Amino acid sequence: MRLVLRDHEPRWVAPGAVAIAVLLTVALTAIPIRLAGANPPAAFQRYLVTPLTSTSGIYEVLLTATPLLFTGIAVALAFRVGYWNIGAEGQFLAGAIGTTAVGIGIPDLPAAVALPLGFVAGAVGGLVWATLPAWLKRHAGIDEVVTTLLLNPVALLLVQGLLNGPWRNSSSGFTDSDRLGHGYDLPALIPGTRVHWGFGVALVVVAITWVVLGSTATGVRIKAAGQAPQAASFSGIRVGMLRWRCALVSGAIAGLGGSAQVMGVQHQLTAGISNNYGYTGVIVAALAGLSAIGVLLVAGLLGDISVGAQNVSLVLQVPTQLGEIFGALLLVMVLSMMTWRTYRVRWRSTR
Amino acid sequence: MSLNLLALVTAMLTVATPLVWAGIGEVIVERTGILNLGIEGTMYAGAFVGFLTAYRTGSPWLGLIAAILSGVLAGLVMGFLTVTLGLNQHVSGLGLTLLLIAASEFTFRLLYAGERPILEHKFNVFFPDVQVLDQHWLTYVAFLVLAPLAWWTMQFTGVGNRLHAVGENFEASEVAGISVTRTRYAALMVGGALMAIGGAFLTLAVLGNFTLDIINGRGWVCIALVIFARWRIWPAVFGALIFAATDALQLQLAITSTFSSIPRELMLALPYLAVIAALAVWGRKVHYPSSYLKAYRRG
Repeated sequence: MRLVLRDHEPRWVAPGAVAIAVLLTVALTAIPIRLAGANPPAAFQRYLVTPLTSTSGIYEVLLTATPLLFTGIAVALAFRVGYWNIGAEGQFLAGAIGTTAVGIGIPDLPAAVALPLGFVAGAVGGLVWATLPAWLKRHAGIDEVVTTLLLNPVALLLVQGLLNGPWRNSSSGFTDSDRLGHGYDLPALIPGTRVHWGFGVALVVVAITWVVLGSTATGVRIKAAGQAPQAASFSGIRVGMLRWRCALVSGAIAGLGGSAQVMGVQHQLTAGISNNYGYTGVIVAALAGLSAIGVLLVAGLLGDISVGAQNVSLVLQVPTQLGEIFGALLLVMVLSMMTWRTYRVRWRSTR
Repeated sequence: MSLNLLALVTAMLTVATPLVWAGIGEVIVERTGILNLGIEGTMYAGAFVGFLTAYRTGSPWLGLIAAILSGVLAGLVMGFLTVTLGLNQHVSGLGLTLLLIAASEFTFRLLYAGERPILEHKFNVFFPDVQVLDQHWLTYVAFLVLAPLAWWTMQFTGVGNRLHAVGENFEASEVAGISVTRTRYAALMVGGALMAIGGAFLTLAVLGNFTLDIINGRGWVCIALVIFARWRIWPAVFGALIFAATDALQLQLAITSTFSSIPRELMLALPYLAVIAALAVWGRKVHYPSSYLKAYRRG
């Protein structure tokens, strides 16, 4: 098998590639579903369709997609500028820590002060967690992939240490923090549902990123620095500085995700506050082709599957990890099939 | 109670073992210019597949063989994505890791939800009564066979030259009759097998059971060790020992009364922070393989 460069890309290739990738993913995930003793078509109905057939289901999907919007945008922004931030998991946790710190430190604040303060504290938490790798990259040329990755387990240990020590629940003695002051409760975005204002903030972040990347000079510089750093430097863009800034903003956005999860859903810090949201954010960003609108769609899709997976695990006893298998397989399949846009497959080499 | 130095060294060698296996695997892969972020997942799958097979068959040897096969398979998939298709190595590797972890967890939950299966037969230690020497055979092999052999192969044989050539210059390699594609695939498969052995060591030799946080970032530590070691074998082994020493030291300190007031989590975080510090000191301005992160296509 050989791959040969295409002269031009026919219009049907891109949608065709995505369609085949989805079909392959569905076919492959049918194997574990089958192993779990469930009927694949019925299970897929529940994974993909059922959550979207009721309004309450749709609200759950939006709620589940919220943290992925934050981490997805955080990763997409960093990858766009050519900074391989794989630390959104740690930055998300650091954001949750920041918000909890103010939420239990100064609990008696009115919502008008508490909510902005909670988000600022979360953003600062994520930013602080992103600073060390970004600084080491900028001033010592140390690969950010490793340092951002290594700080993820450290962030989780920090959360666990706080919950085992100073922040242990003062009434129950459990390893969850005390409840944040009520001023920090994010109100429902859609009254009567669990969808909170964190979703609204996430949409604002998506919109801002979309505008900045798509229609500003900064966006052009970011893309140039990511795609052709040398050419970008020659044309006067300070690539190192731009990457440093994007790395910090990326950390802050992931941190906002932690804030939203604490103030909108849990109302306290728990060791399981991040359900792998940071790592899933990499899948979201990559599947989205690093575009803000793409992040919106992919986070919605993965939110849908995640809600479906909860449901299927209760009804058909298929472990919830199937949702994660689906996400990772879809990533691999879509990326693989997308090579078809630039290359044709030639089965025998002509010499 | 004072520090028990012999116990410290004993623990250090055990903790270092999976890092030596997987770290050398990653050195081999990265020498050809491929960053394999699939390492964390490959170790995880190796630990799980090894455990599952050993549990079902009652033989840790069959478990080890199954783990090796899973590692080779993981290497093949990584090869298809990054060599044949030339996809982004960061995303491919991370995707592979997430897939392997999710698939292992899925199977474990499916088969043993609510149970805590433990191996009846795991590998025994040699010299159980002699401190420091009471290690598993995989530890002896790692330090006394694998590391010298890998070093010798890298340094003095045609295989080492091929890996190096591909990592530095595609065109020159091809001109010299070395297939970039084949070399990279071979490195990924051998490297994957070594990573899987590193993971399986934990279930088949040390623990005898499988836990969901069994690898817990050890793969990422290996990635750091390789950079710290500048893609050389002995410095990677040395780095693994430093990490292991920090880890063994925190285990020892945790049971000494003087330090019992220090939170356990801070101690557990120390090895990761030590690796970052080591990188900050010795990882500056390293010379990466020239074809690092690059895909190769003929014509």
